[in-house]
Amino acid sequence: MKQLVILGAGTAGTMMANHLARKLDKKEWALTIVDEHSTHYYQPGFLFIPFGMYDEKDVSKPKAAFIPKGVTHVQEAIDLIKPEDREVLLKNGDKLPYDILIIATGAKIVPGETEGMLGDGWRRDIFDFYTIEGARALRERVRSWKGGNLVVHLNEMPVKCPVAPLELTLMAEAFCTRQGVRKKTEIHYLSPLSEPFTKHNCAVVLGDMLDGKRINFVADFQCERIDPENRKLVSFDGREIEYDLLVTVPTNMGDPCIARSGLGDDLNFVPTDMHTLQSKAHENIFVIGDATNLPSSKAGSVAHFQADVLTENIQRFIAGQPLEPGFDGHANCFIESGHNKAFLIDFNYEVEPVEGSFPLPVVGPFKLLKETWINHMGKLAFRWIYWNMLLKGLPMPGISTRMSMVGKKTAK
Amino acid sequence: MPTAEIAGVTVDVNEEGFMTEPGQWTRAIGEAIAAELEITPMTEAHWKLIDFLQKDYAEQGQMPSIRRVKNAGGIPTKELYGLFPDGPLKKASRIAGLPKPSSCI
Repeated sequence: MKQLVILGAGTAGTMMANHLARKLDKKEWALTIVDEHSTHYYQPGFLFIPFGMYDEKDVSKPKAAFIPKGVTHVQEAIDLIKPEDREVLLKNGDKLPYDILIIATGAKIVPGETEGMLGDGWRRDIFDFYTIEGARALRERVRSWKGGNLVVHLNEMPVKCPVAPLELTLMAEAFCTRQGVRKKTEIHYLSPLSEPFTKHNCAVVLGDMLDGKRINFVADFQCERIDPENRKLVSFDGREIEYDLLVTVPTNMGDPCIARSGLGDDLNFVPTDMHTLQSKAHENIFVIGDATNLPSSKAGSVAHFQADVLTENIQRFIAGQPLEPGFDGHANCFIESGHNKAFLIDFNYEVEPVEGSFPLPVVGPFKLLKETWINHMGKLAFRWIYWNMLLKGLPMPGISTRMSMVGKKTAK
Repeated sequence: MPTAEIAGVTVDVNEEGFMTEPGQWTRAIGEAIAAELEITPMTEAHWKLIDFLQKDYAEQGQMPSIRRVKNAGGIPTKELYGLFPDGPLKKASRIAGLPKPSSCI
């Protein structure tokens, strides 16, 4: 029996388990998936927790419920990947030999990378919303918000869901308006980038929107340290921004087991072929989702498109055929903008987000790069799609793995 | 493709003035771009960064991040901002004849 091991039962790993359980010959291949945690979180939903729109129960289910029959589910921490011995060492001392390894260990926040972030201020007036604990604590804090300096801060790229910090900012603006404290609240959005978003087309639209909502965008802010006592952020070029409430997206890094195994870059992300998803260092190791070092967004939609390509390439690898360079960097993201509206963007490695209708020309129903109510409804509906279709590796009607230009307005 | 005359030599550049052919770069060109960006004088510490960027770009095929400059290049970020104020990697990349660093994802 040959062994295929998947490390990580998050969005990407769970989808791969479902795809491969259907595609691989059960008489030849044994599938194992490893994850130390028992709860699967719908991470896009964390955004809605601070403002009371979702509860924890809306965003969590047992991981085991999404692992298909015939796949061995091991709940144990990963100690070391040993490519030379073709085995994975677990914390409890067990060894998992593999013929093919899929790394889907994701990314997580590492607040300790910024001086002063973890300290007396952490979860007192400094909050993250990339963890369930952070989102819950922020919810408690905003309940009693009466106004002051509200600072949303993006520490370092890349981060999971690069639009999330902006969404949080826009939703905070809507929240303050609802609570009647908008006039008493100054909102600042700090980013190490020169524009409010990584894609220029989209940055222009979102930049206008920030201006219109009187949100102060602070560009090129490389945070040197946080001074929790005096409640201010200090940048390397000497700027200081004071806060009463700081919502930060700390540095995101790959899993520490990647660093321990010597397989990662400076942020513990695994160097990966940008089109085939094969790891650069070892031909029988493949990488998917947030764990890669690819210049694509770290997002569930990206993992979904990657999963189709990787499923094909695992079968090709087994059959000794050349790999398909099928991944084009395709990402598809709703951007919640507050007041029951949202944007939708669709882009890849080469093509920036453009206007148009999605997924069908003219009728949509979604409008690209425009703020509409129906896009907001799409964002809310996506939670159901995530639990019921996406994780199970079912195809999304009308949405192709490779980005389509149908219905899009392109620059002449 | 636009061109520019830098230090008496015609080189290929993009709209933002970044050189597009690393092979056309010389130290004299680097000096001239630095002068234009008001980074004068270029000290040994400045060149240490330029050398690292060029070496790392050649090896990795992409521009290093500030984090990588610190970890692999041994240049602390505070020092980087002291050497090239206001967007250090953007300025240093231009002086080094390399593409503008994209922090884009």
